[in-house]
Amino acid sequence: MEASIMDGTTMGCGSVCGLSTVVNPISLARIVMEKTPHIYLAFNAAEAFARDQGVETMDPSHFITEENLERLGQAKEANRVQAMEGQPPIDDNSRTGTVGCVAVDLSGNLASATSTGGVVNKMAGRIGDTPIIGAGTYANTLCAVSATGKGEAIIRHTVARDVAALVEHRGLSLQEAAERVVAAVPRGSFGLVAVSGAGEVTMPFNTAGMFRACAADSGYSEVGIWPDADGDAGGES
Amino acid sequence: MARWAIAIHGGAGVDPNLPEHRQEEAKRVLARCLQLGVDLLRAGTPALDVVEAVVRELESDPCFNSGRGSALSRSGSVEMEASIMDGRGRRCGAVSGVSTVKNPVSLARRVMEKSPHSYLAFDGAEEFAREQGLEVVDNSYFITEENVGMLKLAKEANSILFDYRIPLTGADTCSALAAASEKNHGAGNGMVMNGLPISIYAPETVGCAVVDSTGACAAATSTGGLMNKMNGRIGDSPLIGSGTYACKACAVSCTGEGEAIIRSTLARDVAAVMEYKGLPLQEAVDYCVNERLDEGFAGLIAVSGTGEVAYGFNCTGMFRGCATEDGFMEVGIWE
Repeated sequence: MEASIMDGTTMGCGSVCGLSTVVNPISLARIVMEKTPHIYLAFNAAEAFARDQGVETMDPSHFITEENLERLGQAKEANRVQAMEGQPPIDDNSRTGTVGCVAVDLSGNLASATSTGGVVNKMAGRIGDTPIIGAGTYANTLCAVSATGKGEAIIRHTVARDVAALVEHRGLSLQEAAERVVAAVPRGSFGLVAVSGAGEVTMPFNTAGMFRACAADSGYSEVGIWPDADGDAGGES
Repeated sequence: MARWAIAIHGGAGVDPNLPEHRQEEAKRVLARCLQLGVDLLRAGTPALDVVEAVVRELESDPCFNSGRGSALSRSGSVEMEASIMDGRGRRCGAVSGVSTVKNPVSLARRVMEKSPHSYLAFDGAEEFAREQGLEVVDNSYFITEENVGMLKLAKEANSILFDYRIPLTGADTCSALAAASEKNHGAGNGMVMNGLPISIYAPETVGCAVVDSTGACAAATSTGGLMNKMNGRIGDSPLIGSGTYACKACAVSCTGEGEAIIRSTLARDVAAVMEYKGLPLQEAVDYCVNERLDEGFAGLIAVSGTGEVAYGFNCTGMFRGCATEDGFMEVGIWE
């Protein structure tokens, strides 16, 4: 499992990856941010650090569900077929996801956090976009962003940072910036949730659907999976 | 017809008291690696191949903190990381926690080209390296006597140590180290890394940014990381957007305080400012170095798709070299 967290006010960040026994990876990421001189700890060392810090751990089997075992079986089978045809393994993330949250508080402080188990049947040691600051997670004093989808696409497009950069350098609104980043890539790549310091929310995606929800001080709230009826992704400005 | 250009670095944040012979040695290595890149570019080699070849050369030389000569982790072993990015299509590859692969930058390239992923680490990366038939060596190959000494000093001082090229004689006691630290602080170099006092600040990492004669950009960065780092600590070097970035407009490689580089997504920011604010290369570099780093210390090298080179740093020095097609060539350390 891997996760990252970022504090938009201090620009502090924490990341972890390669975890297999920590119950809440995101909390470990936060501890890395707040209690170590580093930003990013991985694999065995992150596990050892977790024990050092006394965070809750469980046997790796705690995290494994029957459903995912079945998915893994299917994925391996599909790859086997691919391999027989001489093609590289497919990276199909279509039915699993990452989770994330972005928020702005009453004082205008922003923060973002993202966490995942990664791709089904990923190569051991594969790190996705989720623990990479600027890719899956980003927050500054203008906005907070958390992305989900094809990890490799999110990394190369530095998605979370790009949304913030458009707001900052081009003066786009949060919604414009977010939609632009999502529209610039092939369909089926990724989606994101973002909030701005002014309390706006936007949740664009170019995949078939994105599990999402949002709520604002104004009383507006929404939970969704598919694109809205009028074709727009959810959100309120 | 585009013009080629190349920039390389061997780390930012150099101790002002670095002995002359060390400075000369560093400049020699930089000049040699720069020349290698120039020769390849003159022969029409693509940018991606050039950055890989140049960084391989830097990794192989024990002078800088990457590959052989890497800083040692807390446990005394070497844990390396690297990333590479092809500005055409922004393909990228990265590795972390590499301990036996002779050239981490080449493994990063394999991840990009031969795996379905962008980033592999630790056991998974090592396994992939063997599958791909890359050259592997014992971890001891990367360890130099000098670094073993520096690690000891760092542990005694119980701080993260950057510069391993301060001579050991006269500084191999805790008090001498503290005195050296006092001197540096007194000289106004009261530098702190991530809230911990740094006795001597002179981080290295190596990197290369290139634009070839077709206008394609590429960048690569490689490092052993911080001396006495926690095992498993990942820095900015393998993080696309932070330590390395390349797109149509430019290619960038950064060095310095990992935390500052990550939180400012430094490499990506240079490109973003060029793209979204329309700034030319040098202005983009200056803006990012001056405005983006807050209290952090870092440096970067960059080239633009139109054949310019630029570099910037907000600390005491950066080992670097640049060359452009019109014959300009320079190697430097200080301002």
